[in-house]
Amino acid sequence: MKLDKTLVLKIASLAKIPISEKEADELLSGFNKTLEVIDNLFSVDVKNIEPLYQTTFLENVFREDIVDEKSMLSQDEALREAKNKYNGYFVVDQVLEED
Amino acid sequence: MLNTLTLKKALTLLEKKEISLDDLYHDLWKVYEEKNQLLNVYLSVDKDALKKAKENENKPLKGIPIAVKDNFLTVGLPTTASSKVLDGYLPQYESTVTKKIKEAGGVVFGKTNMDAWAHGSSTETSDYGPTKNPRNPKFLPGGSSGGSAAAVASDMAIASLGTETAGSIRQPAAWCGVVGLKPTYGRVSRYGIIAMGSSLDSPGPITKTVEDSAILLNIIAGKDKKDATTSEKEVPDYTLALKKDIKNFKIGIVYIDHPQIKSTLAAQKTLEAGKLFEKLGAKVDLISTSKNLEKDKVLSHEHAIAVYTIVQRAEVSSNLARYDGIRYSNPRKYFGHEAKNRIMLGIFGLSNFLQQEELVYKTAQKVRALYIKNFKQLFSKYDLLISPTSPSFALPLGATSGDPMFGELQDMLVEPSSLAGICGISVPMYKDAKTNLYLGLNIMADYFQEEKLITAANIYELNNKI
Repeated sequence: MKLDKTLVLKIASLAKIPISEKEADELLSGFNKTLEVIDNLFSVDVKNIEPLYQTTFLENVFREDIVDEKSMLSQDEALREAKNKYNGYFVVDQVLEED
Repeated sequence: MLNTLTLKKALTLLEKKEISLDDLYHDLWKVYEEKNQLLNVYLSVDKDALKKAKENENKPLKGIPIAVKDNFLTVGLPTTASSKVLDGYLPQYESTVTKKIKEAGGVVFGKTNMDAWAHGSSTETSDYGPTKNPRNPKFLPGGSSGGSAAAVASDMAIASLGTETAGSIRQPAAWCGVVGLKPTYGRVSRYGIIAMGSSLDSPGPITKTVEDSAILLNIIAGKDKKDATTSEKEVPDYTLALKKDIKNFKIGIVYIDHPQIKSTLAAQKTLEAGKLFEKLGAKVDLISTSKNLEKDKVLSHEHAIAVYTIVQRAEVSSNLARYDGIRYSNPRKYFGHEAKNRIMLGIFGLSNFLQQEELVYKTAQKVRALYIKNFKQLFSKYDLLISPTSPSFALPLGATSGDPMFGELQDMLVEPSSLAGICGISVPMYKDAKTNLYLGLNIMADYFQEEKLITAANIYELNNKI
């Protein structure tokens, strides 16, 4: 497996992380070093082996659907750490554009 | 100097009123003033710690100061996970583990430095500068719980809490010459801990003695309705395991026949540990390493590096997606190099840009299943498996630069057990007289067999003179 710079820039945009050209080069070289190490994965015999996504083997852990007011944040608390707020709202970047 | 006391000793002396909290905290602040600037252990400390301690002196932990890794959310103290993305963040709620510690009368004395987002094994990737190894400040403390291990090793705390995804409790404990216990995944709640690899993260104690780890595990273990992956299994009194012996225990030595490990001092000392266990009444076998799954052999740790790299980065890319800079945190451009690296590699592993037959992530999870099969078979025969915690002593400051796989290579001997979710403990094995640096012995047991770990590690600690 090997990545190229176009793919690195594409992944950065999917990750919503701005990166410079220089950084893209550095990341690319790191990725390819890492992928060399990962390649040995494909030499392991995994025929007839089901993938495993967790180790607890627990299934369907439910709880009562009851509102616990003690674990709720007040509006002030919820907004406290936001850098950008307006009239009790979080301010977000514009998503929709005028056509 | 009362700050050098073990947790057990401090509790006993406080109980008998032979020492006072005033004196204990006086000595603690003194060593903090002397050493914190040089070692960079704490990112924040609680100036009101003594006052809080006195309010708790009649509870089980009697106001004892505990150092807490900076990825546990703590109300009243900033929580950054050592990343500038969370610079100055004051949590609105408390992690279950620190809540339990506080309810038991412990005081969160301060928050300790770590690899940013716990991505690393050196504490050198912290956005707030590296922590130095208290045993020898030219060397790294290991990581990612490097600050918590260094806090205990420098007596800047009586005991501490860390988290391990793959090696992050045991490896810094080994490099700093202290004890680190990684519980079974699901034994201790992850609620309120900044998530890294959600199928792997296990919070646990880092302490001066095995006994102290047992005392803290008693407090933090158990079902939490806020973390659905925690187990309903009853929590035993882990300190009772300290009184048991290891006669009739079957112990297997693993990984030391591998070419990368074979000629290391760590391998030699692990063999000596095996001999000591034999002398103390256990039956000890050398288990050989195999490339593919084979009965009575241990599956090579090499594949675990690959599996862990894929699985962990995939989970990181998902977990760190929440830092959007809207409800809290700085914008995503504040991520450091290592976080960017891991997030992006995770996205790669979860996508199929190269049009391969199968997602890399899926192949990795199949190999992960092999490790679980392998451990299940071995633990049907053995009570414990032992290996070196890390193949080497602590490496010098600066060793991580330019090596994206640094962490994985230092953690390779504990990664298989982390992927399987079983428990393990690192206990000091050997000290180099010249450098004052340590090697750790990694003892592993089957799911929820922490008592066996504690029994064996305690006996080893008492009999292994270093």
